[in-house]
Amino acid sequence: MPNSATVVRRSDRGLHEQSETARRKKDVRKNLLLCTPALIVLIFAAAGPLLIVLIYTFLKAGSYGGVIWEWSWDGWFQVFLKKDIFDGTVSIADAHISIFWRSVKLSVQSTLAALILGFPTAYFIATRSPKTRNLWLFLITIPFWTNLLIRTFAIMQVIRDQGIINTLLINFGIIDSPIEMLYTEFSIMLGMAYVYLPLMVLPLYASIEKLDFRLIEAAYDLYATRIFVLWRIIIPLVKPGIIAGSILVFIPSLGAYVTPRVLGGGKNLMLGNLIELQFGQGRNWPLGAALSITLLVIVMVSLLVYVQNLQRKSD
Amino acid sequence: MMRNYLVKCLIAMVALMFSASVFAAGELHIYNWGDYTSPELVEKFEQEYDVKVTLTDYDSNETALAKVRPGGHGFDIVVPTSTHVPIWIEEGLLLETRPDQMENFQHVMEASRNPDFDPGRRYTVPWLWGSTGISVNTAEYDGDINTSKILFDPPESLKGKINVVPEMGDVVHMAIFYEGGDVCTDDKEVLKRVRDLLVSAKASWKSLDYGTKEKLVSGDVAVSMNWNGYSMRARTERPEVNYGYPIEGYPLWMDNVAVLKDANNVENAKLFQNFLMAPENAALVSNFANYANAIMGSDTYMIEELREAPEVMIPEQFQASGRFIPPCSPEVQSLYTAIWTELQK
Repeated sequence: MPNSATVVRRSDRGLHEQSETARRKKDVRKNLLLCTPALIVLIFAAAGPLLIVLIYTFLKAGSYGGVIWEWSWDGWFQVFLKKDIFDGTVSIADAHISIFWRSVKLSVQSTLAALILGFPTAYFIATRSPKTRNLWLFLITIPFWTNLLIRTFAIMQVIRDQGIINTLLINFGIIDSPIEMLYTEFSIMLGMAYVYLPLMVLPLYASIEKLDFRLIEAAYDLYATRIFVLWRIIIPLVKPGIIAGSILVFIPSLGAYVTPRVLGGGKNLMLGNLIELQFGQGRNWPLGAALSITLLVIVMVSLLVYVQNLQRKSD
Repeated sequence: MMRNYLVKCLIAMVALMFSASVFAAGELHIYNWGDYTSPELVEKFEQEYDVKVTLTDYDSNETALAKVRPGGHGFDIVVPTSTHVPIWIEEGLLLETRPDQMENFQHVMEASRNPDFDPGRRYTVPWLWGSTGISVNTAEYDGDINTSKILFDPPESLKGKINVVPEMGDVVHMAIFYEGGDVCTDDKEVLKRVRDLLVSAKASWKSLDYGTKEKLVSGDVAVSMNWNGYSMRARTERPEVNYGYPIEGYPLWMDNVAVLKDANNVENAKLFQNFLMAPENAALVSNFANYANAIMGSDTYMIEELREAPEVMIPEQFQASGRFIPPCSPEVQSLYTAIWTELQK
């Protein structure tokens, strides 16, 4: 008897489970249907154009821009290798490599600069009373009201030879001749750190706000030093915010076009400018497309490294 | 009563809708370089022919070409530079409107009636022309300004105070002329010297950038490779800025008004082409942009400053050094791009 009872109960549960899975299946189907418009937009507006870019990398360059529909490896060949125009020898495309390297280097530097400036700011905001917090956050978003290009030109006025900083320093007699800041790699880095700073502060604030400040008190109670508290308590707890902010700054920096163009004075090309050159005056669309895909791969790889590091740490 | 009123209302509304389209008899969509089209000229054309003109800007020949090529742009008129006109013709983008048979063609200067880029003027009407030379702040440099040595082998006092416009064709050609080469040369010996020259000169340059007028006026640079009209604009704000014509050779260019093959308003576009060749209208174009035109008799309508400007009227002894640059073949273009990329790494 007890056996049959269990059987009944088991089958009961089975029945219940069956209806549960059926319902879940239905749910999934419904959700899929609801997703469809977004998926269609994604496929047509994101994957589609990307596919075109990928196809273009394997075509021949048209004489005056555009492409000719003939298979060719030239685009990819030219990303990494160059044929010397004078003696025809093939070597590594050092011009491209150094532009790639500059892009990565400046993006890392601006991310670090934004982090160093953004962390105290976010911490400050998160530790205000809830009422004033909103006011501070509101102030952080103000730069977004102005166009990126305008803000970049504003930076230019500040750091140029006859700009605010140099004029002040010279008037106070601290320096004799202007410090050359504009049209250097430094000015690009500064510009990018400035324009993307809010993208660092906002995610940092979101994680610091959730921080349990009792843990910090507890650490102090246990005679932890300030540095120790920062290093072992605060930073590990707000790490998701640091990573999110860094990604948000690093990725747009890597593909930046306006900032290096305006503040780099055209002497310090970054990837975005190199790509533009190929589609414009260079008249080499396949190379431009191949460079774009390369940029995409760099971003994806660095994201993967981030995410994997994150998982390993949390394991 | 009520129904009657409604009907009247409806009729009035329909009448209004139609009157709006009657307001201007036609349309004309012009696609031109930014800050280049005189508003006075547009207004005059609108009134004379009862046409509503819309204006759209572009910033480079490549942008214009890339936007027009796929079609569906809605433009009637485009203004390509001499270097690019043959590309437009070859790609079949322009309508053969035969400006050479238009009424006002008689006013076009002899020298511009049969240019290499549009033999016989079967497609285009001259808009403005100018040169690419060197603007020098003579308060900072009192030597000879009519040489490209200032850019390519500058004296110690000018190092780090030089700007060069990032126009590949102009920069490479000025260097080619400096090294004694010809337009669109593929002579490897010359090009090798050109590359070495540019790479070593770049160390003395502060920037490779547009915005030449602002840089010269603010004093951020003392020298800039520049277009003559911009140099004149800089001089009006800072009188020490003078314009040099490199005796080794410098590029000349001409922008030209053409009608697109897929234009919707062909008749108005042709009227516009003819309209531009009238001396008083060509003068309006020049007065706004500070460049010379190619229409005889327009100088009587030009503003005084323009007629006497050394930037606009090329002095006798430098006229022979100016050279028009045709579009170079794709093979030559790729050589130049390689040098250019090398320069910017």
